[in-house]
Amino acid sequence: MYTAADLRKGLKIAIDNEPYIITFFDFAKPGKGQALYRTKLKNMITGSTLDRTYRSGETFEPANLEDRKMQYLYKEDDHYCFMDNDTFEQIHINEVSLGDAKNYLIDNLAVDVLIFRDKAIGVDVPNFVNLRVTQTDPWVKGDTSGSDSKPATLETGYVLRVPPFIEEGELVTIDTRTGEYSTRVKG
Amino acid sequence: MAGNWALSRRRGALVQRGAIFDRVRSFFKEKGYLEVETPFRIPAPAPEAQIDAIPSAGWFLQTSPELCMKRLLSAGYDSIFQICRCWREGERGVRHLSEFTMLEWYRAGADYLDLMKETEALVQAAAAAPRVTYRGLSVELDSPWERITVAEAFCRYADTTPEKALAEGSFDQIMVELIEPRLGLSRPTFIYDYPACCGALARLKAGDPTLAERFELYIGGLEIANAFSELTDPGEQRSRFEAEARERASLGKSPYPVPEKFLSALASMPQAAGIALGLDRLVMVLLDAGSIDDVVAFTPEEL
Repeated sequence: MYTAADLRKGLKIAIDNEPYIITFFDFAKPGKGQALYRTKLKNMITGSTLDRTYRSGETFEPANLEDRKMQYLYKEDDHYCFMDNDTFEQIHINEVSLGDAKNYLIDNLAVDVLIFRDKAIGVDVPNFVNLRVTQTDPWVKGDTSGSDSKPATLETGYVLRVPPFIEEGELVTIDTRTGEYSTRVKG
Repeated sequence: MAGNWALSRRRGALVQRGAIFDRVRSFFKEKGYLEVETPFRIPAPAPEAQIDAIPSAGWFLQTSPELCMKRLLSAGYDSIFQICRCWREGERGVRHLSEFTMLEWYRAGADYLDLMKETEALVQAAAAAPRVTYRGLSVELDSPWERITVAEAFCRYADTTPEKALAEGSFDQIMVELIEPRLGLSRPTFIYDYPACCGALARLKAGDPTLAERFELYIGGLEIANAFSELTDPGEQRSRFEAEARERASLGKSPYPVPEKFLSALASMPQAAGIALGLDRLVMVLLDAGSIDDVVAFTPEEL
């Protein structure tokens, strides 16, 4: 069971026995007033969204999902294909259901496919994933503009801010919980 | 270098934060305020229903330096300010850190209207610019700033009254979702005259005991400061603390010891006004930072 203090982006909870994922989270509290936990929730089956504001003391059941270890194989149109390493069974999940996870899918990545009532409705990717930089502008040595980051495109097409010293072709570690650059992979 | 990127990329913000702190200190010193330090670890925080202190070896980390600073006022220190760390359990978000930096100042003989003027001058001095750009808004800092009563704000933005909202338990949610985002968009805004029950340490308004002489300051929709004309009646203060303690108990929260030394000192406290200003929030506005994380050296998650 979760309390309001556990709520955060990415957490999956059950509402009316259906799985929802928190896609936006904001902690609000007037200085002398009560804490309010503002969320946007996406129904993981239908994709419909809700705005809900919760208060301290409210409790939540985790979404009742089964997870299966699978690996990512390939993308076809707007579907992504995954394979169970033990049974070799293959399943498809559409892009909308994947949400941000699609930014981190590289060939053979091990993921947890989330199953609800025998249907695959999403995936959990590892907290940290290494991805190659396919495009970023070179850093001019001695640049004194004070700029502390620059955009980079990764092999999945995901665009994010990286430190100026990162070069094209380098491997970088991304924190998938925040979607932000974490560190450079040496060698 | 790569591993410290999160830290090194904040250099610009930390340098500006330091400069803002310097200007804040200069402002008060030029006006004859004494900078004081009071203990962070205290035996009895003010018993407020919605503010939770973090226990520390049988005592508590302060949620605000208010009680000790008022004891100084009672002892004749008539213009004092402090920049210090405060702790509030469970407060974490893009505008909250459970350990944050507070600026509090108190002035004997002043009331909340005097403090509005002084707050304008302080923020102007801290900004050292005629306007700030915050989240795409251009906010003019020259005086006078906008003023709106809590009742006007509830009428204008939520089509209700503070009394109805309190009775329905929706006061805070209306403030957060309908009112705060509209305050301080073109000029900073003071929202003032709160319902009497919304200011446990505030004096009731002269001529209207249903209201407390309290204001908050908003810039670009962000709450920056909270101020009162201070309550100086020890009997009234004790019964307000008892009411807050009952509300804490009804919410299932642990009680705090009664701050007896503060209550005794209150009898000799002069009429005064005091204000608590979140310095991290002010730095956010002046630097156009989207998150409080961007204006501090370390977040708790990075420790």
